Amino acid sequence: MLLDYIPVLALMAAAAGLALAFTLMSELLGPKRRSAEKQMPFECGNPSSGNPKRRFSVKFYPLAVLFLLLDIEAVFLYPWATIYRELSQGKGWMMLFGFAEMGLFIALLALALFYAWKKGALEWD
Amino acid sequence: MKELLDQLIALAVEKVPLLGQAPDWVFYLLWMLVAGAALLVYASLIAGITSWVERRIAGRMQARIGPNRVGPRGFFQWIADGLKSLFKEDVTPANADKPLFRLAPYLVFTGMFGAWAVLPYSARLYAADLNVGILYVMAITSLVVIGILMGGWASGNKWGLFGALRSSAQIVSYEVPAGLAIATAVALSGSLSLQEMVRAQAGPLGILGWNIFKSPFALVAFFVYFIAAVAEGNRTPFDLPEAESELVAGYNTEYSGMRFVFFFFAEWANLFLIGAVSTTLFLGGWQGPLANPDTWWGVMIGAGWFFLKACFFVFVLIWIRWTLPRLRVDQLMAMCWKYLVPIAFVCLIGTMLWMSVFGDRAFFGLVAVGP
Repeated sequence: MLLDYIPVLALMAAAAGLALAFTLMSELLGPKRRSAEKQMPFECGNPSSGNPKRRFSVKFYPLAVLFLLLDIEAVFLYPWATIYRELSQGKGWMMLFGFAEMGLFIALLALALFYAWKKGALEWD
Repeated sequence: MKELLDQLIALAVEKVPLLGQAPDWVFYLLWMLVAGAALLVYASLIAGITSWVERRIAGRMQARIGPNRVGPRGFFQWIADGLKSLFKEDVTPANADKPLFRLAPYLVFTGMFGAWAVLPYSARLYAADLNVGILYVMAITSLVVIGILMGGWASGNKWGLFGALRSSAQIVSYEVPAGLAIATAVALSGSLSLQEMVRAQAGPLGILGWNIFKSPFALVAFFVYFIAAVAEGNRTPFDLPEAESELVAGYNTEYSGMRFVFFFFAEWANLFLIGAVSTTLFLGGWQGPLANPDTWWGVMIGAGWFFLKACFFVFVLIWIRWTLPRLRVDQLMAMCWKYLVPIAFVCLIGTMLWMSVFGDRAFFGLVAVGP
């Protein structure tokens, strides 16, 4: 089981190693002519004004909350989707059970999305 | 792969007797590293050549020639560009958060290439067949968001920050319809493993069993997934994070030299990845019109089909990029939350109902499929 992940780790180690090797090479081969002007933040040629690490618009936070709401569903949806094929081949109650249980869950999610929509959480302006 | 590995080990032990005393896991680890490096070379080649292909196609679409100086038809342009950036200065801005600024390209690069490990290149051609394959792809590619946000914020540049924020908002939003569309494909195939998903799409004529033909809802889900994937890859018409007309270059404004290359390398690697995952989920992966024989050349034919289908998507992505204009931010968000997410919900529920009614019949319930 866990052994399945060794090729994945190997590939990622190789990728990180390659990236590291190339940056080291460019460190060795590239010129190093530092100057105060060159290391200024790029603002289309003007001297930098204000602090770039400012606070940012609140619009991004409701989005993050919405994402959490709708992406947690993956935890419940995927196991169900994986076995749904067997559930749907089941007879009578079994089939209805497989559909109704998660149908209710998805309906609740859709209702939550609808509520957020009506509350204006999806408007960007 | 196992037989080949055993033969190689036997050969190595015969040539270097000292190796015979080493424990088995040393060989396993070495073999894995070699395989990982080989896969990485394959991925890098595809990413590099895609960059040349994209520039050539873009040139043709804009009635100009494109790169044509280095090698035949400019084919070696991507190597020349890579070599050139090796000799460029790697500038770190004075007010950047230096450790994070340097770390970010690595995250983007490893996140993107990590997903290549589980792609089902052919029936028996893969590095790893995880039982949670598609979840792994979704999880590891989210490293890219972290890298982009980290790089943009650590640049100490306003364009970088705006680009990074937009990018993360966009990727996070489009993850929702993508997740729902993927769940549709998972339900139709009955497995999370990418190999199993491809195998579940076998059917008459090799085409009728594809997930897009299993129900009309799945066909729509495929388009939802593809649009969401384009948006998650920050490609035009969803390239607001690097909208050059307003944000200079977005999150990679301050990057230069090799670190800059990694961001773009990952973007081109992502093109093939989008194609490969779309193919696996909805278009039958390595299944061709004729059943692939269970021999090594059957495996190669399968690999050819997979490659062709993925390359078709790479071309479509390039085509879209050089055809459509960019969306506004509010249009982008409305597109995701007001259209794609509700449509994806309907697709999921609809497919479930369809499966209950028509069972395992392929081609919109018209053709019976034997196991």
